[in-house]
Amino acid sequence: MSETAMPPESGLFSVGAPIADTKAPPGPIGERWDVRRFNARLVNPANRRRLSVIVIGTGLAGGSAAATLGEGGYRVEVFCFQDTPRRAHSIAAQGGINAAKNYRNDGDSVMRLFYDTVKGGDFRARESNVHRLAQVSVDIIDQCVAQGVPFAREYGGLLDNRSFGGVQVSRTFYARGQTGQQLLLGAYQALERQVAAGTVRVHARHEMLDLIVVDGRARGVVVRNLVTGEVSAQFADAVVLATGGYGNAFYLSTNAVGCNATAIWRAHRRGALFANPCFTQIHPTCIPVSGEHQSKLTLMSESLRNDGRIWVPKLAGDGRAPADIPERERDYFLERRYPAFGNLVPRDVASRAAKNVCDEGRGVGPGGLGVYLDFADAIARLGRPVIAERYGNLFDMYRQITSEDPYRAPMRIYPAVHYTMGGLWVDYDLQSTIPGLFVIGEANFSDHGANRLGASALMQGLADGYFVLPSTLAHYLAAGPYPSVDETHPATRETLAAVRERITRLLAVGGRRTVDSFHKELGTILWDHCGMERTREGLTQAIAAVRALREEFWRDVTVPGSGEELNQSLERAGRVADFLELGELMCIDALHRDESCGCHFRAEHQTPDGEALRDDEHFAYVAAWEHTGGPPVLHKEQLAYEYVELKARSYK
Amino acid sequence: MAVTGLIMVLFLLVHMYGNLKLFYGQAEFDDYAYHLRTMGQPYLPYSGGLWIIRVVLLVSVLTHIASAFTLWARSRRATGGRGGGRYQSTRARRGVQRSYSSFTMRWGGVTIALFVVYHLLHLTTDTIHPGGVSSSAYVRTVNGFEIWWVVLSYTVALIAIGFHLRHGFWAALASLGANTSRRRRRHLNALAVAVAVVITVGFLVPPYTVLFGGITA
Amino acid sequence: MNITLRIWRQPGPGRPGHMVTHRVDDISPDMSFLEVLDVLNQRLTAAGEDPVAFDSDCREGICGMCGLVINGIAHGPQASVTTCQLHMRSFADGDVIDVEPWRAGPFPVLKDLVVDRSALDRIIQAGGYISIPTGSAPEAHSILVPKDDAEDAFDAATCIGCGACVAACPNGSAALFLGAKITHLGLLPQGQPERDSRALAMIARHDAEGFGGCSQIGECTAVCPKDIQLEVISRCHRDVVTALFHHGEQQEGPPEDQTGGNLASGPAGD
Repeated sequence: MSETAMPPESGLFSVGAPIADTKAPPGPIGERWDVRRFNARLVNPANRRRLSVIVIGTGLAGGSAAATLGEGGYRVEVFCFQDTPRRAHSIAAQGGINAAKNYRNDGDSVMRLFYDTVKGGDFRARESNVHRLAQVSVDIIDQCVAQGVPFAREYGGLLDNRSFGGVQVSRTFYARGQTGQQLLLGAYQALERQVAAGTVRVHARHEMLDLIVVDGRARGVVVRNLVTGEVSAQFADAVVLATGGYGNAFYLSTNAVGCNATAIWRAHRRGALFANPCFTQIHPTCIPVSGEHQSKLTLMSESLRNDGRIWVPKLAGDGRAPADIPERERDYFLERRYPAFGNLVPRDVASRAAKNVCDEGRGVGPGGLGVYLDFADAIARLGRPVIAERYGNLFDMYRQITSEDPYRAPMRIYPAVHYTMGGLWVDYDLQSTIPGLFVIGEANFSDHGANRLGASALMQGLADGYFVLPSTLAHYLAAGPYPSVDETHPATRETLAAVRERITRLLAVGGRRTVDSFHKELGTILWDHCGMERTREGLTQAIAAVRALREEFWRDVTVPGSGEELNQSLERAGRVADFLELGELMCIDALHRDESCGCHFRAEHQTPDGEALRDDEHFAYVAAWEHTGGPPVLHKEQLAYEYVELKARSYK
Repeated sequence: MAVTGLIMVLFLLVHMYGNLKLFYGQAEFDDYAYHLRTMGQPYLPYSGGLWIIRVVLLVSVLTHIASAFTLWARSRRATGGRGGGRYQSTRARRGVQRSYSSFTMRWGGVTIALFVVYHLLHLTTDTIHPGGVSSSAYVRTVNGFEIWWVVLSYTVALIAIGFHLRHGFWAALASLGANTSRRRRRHLNALAVAVAVVITVGFLVPPYTVLFGGITA
Repeated sequence: MNITLRIWRQPGPGRPGHMVTHRVDDISPDMSFLEVLDVLNQRLTAAGEDPVAFDSDCREGICGMCGLVINGIAHGPQASVTTCQLHMRSFADGDVIDVEPWRAGPFPVLKDLVVDRSALDRIIQAGGYISIPTGSAPEAHSILVPKDDAEDAFDAATCIGCGACVAACPNGSAALFLGAKITHLGLLPQGQPERDSRALAMIARHDAEGFGGCSQIGECTAVCPKDIQLEVISRCHRDVVTALFHHGEQQEGPPEDQTGGNLASGPAGD
């Protein structure tokens, strides 16, 4: 194991024993998944009814996993905080889903999707996992088409494809700008079919508030019924977390307002390692902030970058309307800086470039925080009907929010927090460091390294849920059923008491500040110091600021109402309290990673022309953090690249 | 409800056609009334064809009413008995786009049902006889329509029927699966308006002609 | 802008509720309607009062969680948008705005503006799916779908399940929601094998949940944020009639028996 490049920052954390994935079999990478499945134990179909699984979250990963496990015959208990499983935020994914089908005969293959994903992740993802993702991707499309997902078609009736941010092949399948919605409804329908069949029970409007660990194994969860306020313990042979990312730590993000980190954070506090928390993706094409009361940011799918051209005026402070700026006075900065990829460079590169031109004073719109995304050329070339067919709903959405017509004037866009590559550490089986606790989809860290490519989130969520987890979980369950646990078990009693005590404490603070005001303040700290550009100084300040804010939260927050009713303030209070802890870990992780890679851009480490400068000698590892109550302990998983040459990422 | 409604629309069209024979004079009209009863002879007995039609119509009417009650009961259950008026806000009591005729289906239907009873008592069974008794259908009709309040009641009923058909004819076709595109929807609605107008006007021409002396007994 | 909100306040399920007037000052026309409620809740909380409970999640018009009846119209005065996408520029300074929850027998109010829409899930459970267990799918390109059918299926499939159709329907019918799913699946070749049983089972469930019948008034489509067209109801009815016809021909058991799981008791291969 490599030595640390930098000593732990003045007691902020300590370094523990290294960690490694022991589940991926050795041998040629193309055979590892087959070998793993072959070596995995199977569960006799007759025994499956006796085995139970709790699934938290019903997005693409959770929904597909629960449906598939139900089809397999296991007893599945599903929990989601929304009023129905169909509302999970996967529904808002717009652009598409990648698969190495090579329908376009443009040189795509499993190997190329694997390569693109490892490279796009700036060499901070595990090769075995990524290769499996690429292999499974083709099965996902088959499954979804058979479910009736209405993907875009060509006139011959075949599936249409398009190219998507960061790659040069057309491997993205899409359903207008609502791919996530259609895929999620496919998984939701499969799930509801199992509900009708009696294999799955869905508990909507329930939030997981803690994990029950018995004899070192995850054996259940404590949930709160959000309607009645009832807190109860639920037990199973295994627990699957599919609760999405933690981008809402930033308050303003493209996530749904309900998205939260409570499930994974509580599991982390119970012993699951948290990997790469500082890897948060800032998406380049979002609608700029319009005012202080804004509750969320809206993404414009980056598929728009296929036909839209991004530019700003060459002149700083140019206040003219876009139509009045002649061609020679415009700077198509992505096309200029990255001639090979142009407007299709990966998200981190595009976001930072936009930030740079705005920092130079060339940003457009109110506050100068925006760049143009211009469709005039595409409309002239393809005609308005073609553009309307490809992006109609996105254009409508833009007009609805901004009251500007993107068919006439260019859109204004600005980067916003979108996705978190970090998450709970999992091995090749998607099992966390707590046996029996599996983590899938955005909630884990495994496949995207330091940056996720467009149209890969849907792919990963469904790969985990439909194909990977059902095999690897079976292996774990084959050793079950595990000894029964009930409310009287000391571990259960302790966990239930802790949850109740925390609720009581939140309600009892009785201060003056609302939960949202703390959340906004936390978001500002993280956006300013742990956002698109990070510095040692800023992060050090941020850690102190988050700590002070957390302390103030527990002293001065006000949560009205009681715990025995539908109390949305209480729900938010618990989530924000967890973000206040997670936010600190994000900053510590960002501070310790003294290099730039993917989305993690440390200003101290850049090339003369402002590109990220990786330090593979010292940081080619996954940073897996252990919760201690005091300074966290860092466990490093060294990353080895056998199939993709470790080299500087260039999109020039 | 859709099928029975369409049967009744078909009946109304034929009935209207028969009424217009009033213009050909007493002999022709009474002959028509007589032939209604000899339809299908000798295969069917006297009045047999007419009774078949009557039975079909009666079944249709009863089924239609039963369906209406079912729909009404379900609607009451689903909306707390308040229908479109179940919100405290009074600003959109007329909905966003709904037609006046869609509002009046229920009470319009009741109006029509009451009228049909009166109408049968008057001109079919000859139980009540405003304007005088006669064995001639022609004479009974003409005598009746010479009285202003008979014509007035008849007019009210037909306007109710017109509104009922405007929405009902469209809804029946749509419910049976005919509404397959936006264009089709426009056409179906135009057709419903046309049917409603034709039937209303077609039925109102004879009584007004009688009232203003165009036809006399 | 300064506005006055008259909001339905109800402490819990089955409890009496009433309209309460709240004033909200200094709001910007660029704010969404839900952000105004956020601001109101901040002020109520700071003043020690109970904030208004309302559902929302994605706030970009796609999850279907939000839904308020604003001035008597589901999702408010602007066509084709959800409540979260309704902006205050649709209102004037000084307006008094009525805010109520969806009202329908099958949608009981849980608190204030929050209702229980699980009845819609149960309609999907009855047959709103294609039975294709994971792993058993044929190669995607072995199923060709004419582009027009794919587009029409997509249009129906964009339903977000918000329930505005029910809230707006004078009969309290969920026919538009039901028709959208039946149309989506019925237009695709993959959906054909279960087309009859799906239509019969889903409409039976719809009726059993206590939704009203459709009388083709069209208020549902007028408030639908995704512009689901009334045609889907016609297609649904057509499938039901066809299914009843086939059903009569085949003399089968009740269609409800055909729902559900393939492997609940049998072996599964993986």
